[in-house]
Amino acid sequence: MFEMLYGPFAEFDFMQRALVGVIAIALGGGPVGVFLMLRRMSLTGDAMAHAILPGAAIGYLLAGLSLPAMTIGGLFAGVIVAVAAGLVSRLTSLKEDASLAAFYLLSLALGVTIVSLRGSNVDLLHVLFGTVLALDDSTLLLLAGISSATVLTLAVLYRPLVLECVDPTFLRSVSRAGTPTHLIFLGLVVLNLVGGFHALGTLLAVGMMMLPAAASRFWSSDITMMMILSVVIGMVSGFAGLLLSFHVELPAGPSVILAAGIIYAGSLIFGREGGLLWLAWPGRHLEA
Amino acid sequence: MPAAATSIQFDEVTLGYGRRPAVHHLHGEIAPGSLTAVVGPNGAGKSTLLKGIVGTLRPLEGRIRLTGPANARIAYLPQAAEIDRTFPLSVYDLVAMGLWSRSGLFGSIGAKDRARVEQALDAVGLVGFERRPIATLSGGQMQRALFARLLLQDSPVILLDEPFTAIDAKTTADLLDVVRRWHDESRTVVAVLHDLDTVKRVFPQTLLIAREPVAWGETSDVLSPENLLKARRMVEAHDPHAAPCHRGAA
Repeated sequence: MFEMLYGPFAEFDFMQRALVGVIAIALGGGPVGVFLMLRRMSLTGDAMAHAILPGAAIGYLLAGLSLPAMTIGGLFAGVIVAVAAGLVSRLTSLKEDASLAAFYLLSLALGVTIVSLRGSNVDLLHVLFGTVLALDDSTLLLLAGISSATVLTLAVLYRPLVLECVDPTFLRSVSRAGTPTHLIFLGLVVLNLVGGFHALGTLLAVGMMMLPAAASRFWSSDITMMMILSVVIGMVSGFAGLLLSFHVELPAGPSVILAAGIIYAGSLIFGREGGLLWLAWPGRHLEA
Repeated sequence: MPAAATSIQFDEVTLGYGRRPAVHHLHGEIAPGSLTAVVGPNGAGKSTLLKGIVGTLRPLEGRIRLTGPANARIAYLPQAAEIDRTFPLSVYDLVAMGLWSRSGLFGSIGAKDRARVEQALDAVGLVGFERRPIATLSGGQMQRALFARLLLQDSPVILLDEPFTAIDAKTTADLLDVVRRWHDESRTVVAVLHDLDTVKRVFPQTLLIAREPVAWGETSDVLSPENLLKARRMVEAHDPHAAPCHRGAA
């Protein structure tokens, strides 16, 4: 029985690598997801994941399935869309969601057009859904580097980031840190999406950010605790998802996201902070 | 306490949105250490004026200058502060944000600072609320917390935009005590207000505006029936064919 839990990882090198990869992704993605959620930017993450696709596709067209080319392409596309949308929303009266939608639609259309120049290819599946079971050394190093950089940057930016979420007017009145903080944070989102994209593809990468974060909200109303929980939930999802895919022979990437989705659904029902069961049977009201 | 009181000087200031003036050709000075009420009908440009002083809105024309200690900081309480009340944050942490000017991005908050947070909470009557999430505060309690944050900012200039709107009498009285204390400490305080009784009771100086400045000076002189009537006649409608203003252009 226990054999089933660790056997695949002890026996197969590719399973070990996949586990290391998803753990790294969970470490960076969880906290970023928590902030995305608290700033009501969950869909922003989704939109940016789409914005990365064309950049990665251009990299792929120029250099084939090359890690640096696709990473750099994805980063470029993501950062351009994030920064442009951020600046437009800050300098004009257009809100962030609208400006982001405009930019990511533009880049998505551009990307699809570019991809179609070369016609269909099996490798395109790699771009769309990732290859969590085929992570090589350099990709693992990239993922580890991204999650380390993310955790460090969040530690440094924590104070202005929280202030920017709670009371942006106040932050503007005491400091000029607001806009740079916002842009650096968007940069982190892109970085983590590009990392996640190598393992899970452009479409599912955002799942390792938002599902653990959303699940953690049902267990705690303390930001630090939420970030820790989101990391743990992400790692458990990765572990469970990989096992599921191994034993039942499901595609690995979607299994990981499905596992995270199951934890989310469980939290939604049983969570102590506004979970459905607690809402339905809150117990007798208190004296005061 | 601020070493030297700060004045706010307006040099033919026009503030607005696009090319439309919301405050038109304001000229004069808010004296150092004065306690000034800004009064006028809705749409008179009161909030716009405060935004201009804080610097979040650039004047279309003219200049606003703060004299006194170099780069004097301003503490600003906006009307209906854009605070995300659902954010998981404690009252203590919200109030402690007022320490930003000393702690900055990375500075630590020491025992002395924590004592100051406790004092500020005490001054606004929020002792015992430290650990409460901000989501659970009533409107009045939230305003008390924001005043505690202003106290911690320890600024020579304090701007309040309709601080007592939708606030009950007890809370208003308590917070007015805080305002009086600021005045006693020679801080320059400017508050946008609608309740003329409060203005007459507490604020020695008043600026009555209705897009154009109507009257400015001692409260008893400014709030004359004639001036109030003049302010009320302000044209609210906006003229789609307004010509460019050349006042003050040589």
